[in-house]
Amino acid sequence: MSEPRVPTDSLGNPITVPDSHDVLVVEAADGSRWELVCGLEVHAELHTVTKMFSAAPNSFGDEPNTNVDPVTLGLPGTLPVVNEAAVELAIRFGCAVGAEIRRSVFSRKNYFYPDMPKNFQISQYDLPIVVGGELELTGGHVVGIERAHLEEDTGKSTHVGGDGRIAGAEYSLVDYNRAGVPLLEIVSRPHVRSAEQARQYVAELRAILVACGVSDGKMEEGSLRVDANISVRPEGSDELRTRCEIKNVNSLRSLVRAIEFEASRQADLHAAGEPVVQSTRGWDEASGTTVLMRTKEDADDYRYFPEPDLVPVDPDPARVAEIAASLPLLPSARRHRLAERTGAAVTDESVVAVVDRAQDDQAVAAMDAGGDPARVLVHVTQNLAGEGGADLPPGRLAELVALETAGELTATQAKQVLTELVADPSRTAAEVAKEKGFEAMDSGALESVVDGIIADHPDEWSSFCGGDDKARKKLSGFFTGKVMQATKGQADGRQVAQILARRAADA
Amino acid sequence: MSAGGARALDLARDIAAGERSAVAVAQAHLDRIAEHDGLVHAFNVVTADAALARAAEVDRAVAAGEPVGPLAGVPIAVKDNLATRGVETTCSSKILQGWVPPYDATVVQRIAAAGAVVVGKTNLDEFAMGSSTENSAFGPTRNPVRTDRVPGGSSGGSAAAVAADFAPIALGSDTGGSIRQPASFCGVVGVKPTYGLVSRYGLVAFASSLDQVGPFANSVADAALLLDAIAGPDPADATSIPQAAEAVLPRLDEGVAGLRVGIVSELLGEGIAPDVAARVREAAEALAAAGAEVVEVSVPAVTYGLSAYYLIAPAEASSNLARFDGVRYGLRVDAPTTNEMMVATRTAGFGDEVQRRIMLGTYALSAGYYDAFYGKAQKVRTLIGRDFAAAYEQADVLLSPTAPTTAFELGAIADPLTMYLNDICTIPTNLAGHAAMSVPFGTGDDGLPVGVQVLAPALGEVPMFRAAAVVEAAAPAPAAFEIAGSK
Repeated sequence: MSEPRVPTDSLGNPITVPDSHDVLVVEAADGSRWELVCGLEVHAELHTVTKMFSAAPNSFGDEPNTNVDPVTLGLPGTLPVVNEAAVELAIRFGCAVGAEIRRSVFSRKNYFYPDMPKNFQISQYDLPIVVGGELELTGGHVVGIERAHLEEDTGKSTHVGGDGRIAGAEYSLVDYNRAGVPLLEIVSRPHVRSAEQARQYVAELRAILVACGVSDGKMEEGSLRVDANISVRPEGSDELRTRCEIKNVNSLRSLVRAIEFEASRQADLHAAGEPVVQSTRGWDEASGTTVLMRTKEDADDYRYFPEPDLVPVDPDPARVAEIAASLPLLPSARRHRLAERTGAAVTDESVVAVVDRAQDDQAVAAMDAGGDPARVLVHVTQNLAGEGGADLPPGRLAELVALETAGELTATQAKQVLTELVADPSRTAAEVAKEKGFEAMDSGALESVVDGIIADHPDEWSSFCGGDDKARKKLSGFFTGKVMQATKGQADGRQVAQILARRAADA
Repeated sequence: MSAGGARALDLARDIAAGERSAVAVAQAHLDRIAEHDGLVHAFNVVTADAALARAAEVDRAVAAGEPVGPLAGVPIAVKDNLATRGVETTCSSKILQGWVPPYDATVVQRIAAAGAVVVGKTNLDEFAMGSSTENSAFGPTRNPVRTDRVPGGSSGGSAAAVAADFAPIALGSDTGGSIRQPASFCGVVGVKPTYGLVSRYGLVAFASSLDQVGPFANSVADAALLLDAIAGPDPADATSIPQAAEAVLPRLDEGVAGLRVGIVSELLGEGIAPDVAARVREAAEALAAAGAEVVEVSVPAVTYGLSAYYLIAPAEASSNLARFDGVRYGLRVDAPTTNEMMVATRTAGFGDEVQRRIMLGTYALSAGYYDAFYGKAQKVRTLIGRDFAAAYEQADVLLSPTAPTTAFELGAIADPLTMYLNDICTIPTNLAGHAAMSVPFGTGDDGLPVGVQVLAPALGEVPMFRAAAVVEAAAPAPAAFEIAGSK
């Protein structure tokens, strides 16, 4: 049974669901197959000095009820004033994802809850500041953004006694330090088609927010909070079925688990002909399930209306252009740059990893200094991931790669030299190589070593010469190992293999 | 010395010159309060000790030759919906009883900086919802002119305090006429400034898009003096007008020669008592005699003002008053759960009229009703603004009654809808965000004061005050009265 379609989103735009090469398909108990449709709502606490509408400090982890002032507490007679820094950060985010920055209006969302000092939340409703934009995920999938709007956070309640919920509690304590902290609520289009894409979306969003200085993006401190809107539909159909909103997802791992669980739960309900009720559900980490919090029928009527204490925020296009021009290079652009420089795919694991670790500037600078791009990428990915690796001056890396590509260092030696350089970058790569005795052997010397080894192992040599490919490969390893032993690792493996091949052909 | 009849301008001048003692002035007013406020009940709290200390500080500053402000040593009464640091602020509601703000409203800071001496907090209709000051949780205020009459409302306490010479000036707030109608009833001057001219920071909100703080005084000049002291931008109020306010007092005597004055025809017909209408026409004649060009203008949409107001104001109030829940301050009625505690607190703490308006406003904002009620009311608001704009093409200021009648007897109006009709002439100004003021002009057939309303477009305070000064000068001398009667 199909639910009535919701054809448009909160801004009246038609809802589209893109296809993807890795759509999550779950199999219901009866064997029917259902595909995921998912949108994500991310609340990011903005990295400002003061709160959204007051001069109280925006700071995490302080003594309860110390970062408060009359406005934060909603004392009678107090009025909100928009924090310009928060507006600028919202604009930064909008520019970073290619969104439109619009004239926006704050509204009041009215409902009673003790951790909300005014019993309404000031938020943006039908006229948000950021509209549209998109995110390219590390896997290559693109997720559209519907909107992002500014709002204030609530305080935090601790319910003492009972099961920790407000119902049945003996008493409740409220900390208003978080009340009024500026939030950007970023709503994606339902373009997320797998749990892995959801993970990549949140990771990418976080990277952008951090790179732009918009938020510190700490999920563990709650400065980044994710809700997932999940529905499923028969595999291959274009329906939009009833969705459930999943809250309390506190890590990327939980997000993946919650989506997979919820998709299966809904698939089983559909398959059994039972209704999926539009509801808000909480992710329960311990049981690995989603638990009903409230259905749409119990939902408050928020009685939104324009906040009369504030005037519309209408950013000056010139200022928006200035902000856009001041943005740093963003993760997806960084991946494209690195991919182009190295010839790797933009979704290549090395490319993704190096950008994720913010070592792509280092890599590109080493390439600019003449380092072979492919070798530079290998070293940054594999050998500079550890402590201090990111601090290695690109020039040193370029020197090292130059020695390596000139055949003066083997891969193994290069790795060892790199380790030394990371520990002490004051010496050149050539100096370190010399100290370690890694001097390139001239080919005449190497040939005589190889000839000596052949002479010492006649049986193996005849097997090498007369054997099939498999035996030859195995024995090539044997001879190379002996050569390395004899040269203390200074021989170049590729050169040894070439000499062996030449001798065998001559034999 | 006696407190009777002293003007703020004279007091400030004499005190600053060292010719009068601010302490003596304060004491004289406190004595008069002590003598008569038991009957009038203009005040919720009289801050006698703080007032005397403050007055002594003014005297010390004068003696030391330090600069003192334009309100040096002038006693002032402050409506009890303005936050006063360290002094209980109740909004005449049980739900806020005992609440002592940790901060001063911007206007309270400004009058203090100007040297004024606050003598107390004045009674009002609970949360400024009412037109008679009978909706106070602490009992009604009586009209000092005739104590069996209401003083009007909601700023009835401030109007009564000025009429009774408890203080020469007072602060009130006006959401739909709450300064002008009581000024009219009590025979004093009351001003509703342009929306945004005076900061609302620290004014406990009733309807945020309509509320405005303004002065009461016994003369147009004193009202100008107080307005000039409180007007101007405030970074703590996002709706305050960012430009510096133009001072009114220096331009009071410019007269009305060539000023175009429009009589609003819709506000002189049905529903307006004939004696009140007659005073308005006489005031118009006085303006014409002083050189103004008097015309009749039509502002058709004002007739919808009351209906739009009683959707918009309660809607905003329902949200503004949500914070009174027993969690953080004020009254708390204990109950087994948080939700039940909130319900019990609000049921016990709010009076009938407040509860009525919260329910009305909640309904008007509800899903499925928003467009038909709140949305439509906002459209009417736009229409009223448009019709006013057309009228201001033909006139610089407008003239109308302030209230349809003179002050009525306590308890005379029990029906809320009939009570609401008191504000038909004042509400349109709030909906438009314009300025208007009430100036006493003679009496009705019952011998009680009549107020004439001068209306002006946004930031039209200067021509409005100029016209008001001419009306005041032409008004028949007010009859002297003794505060008398029994509770």
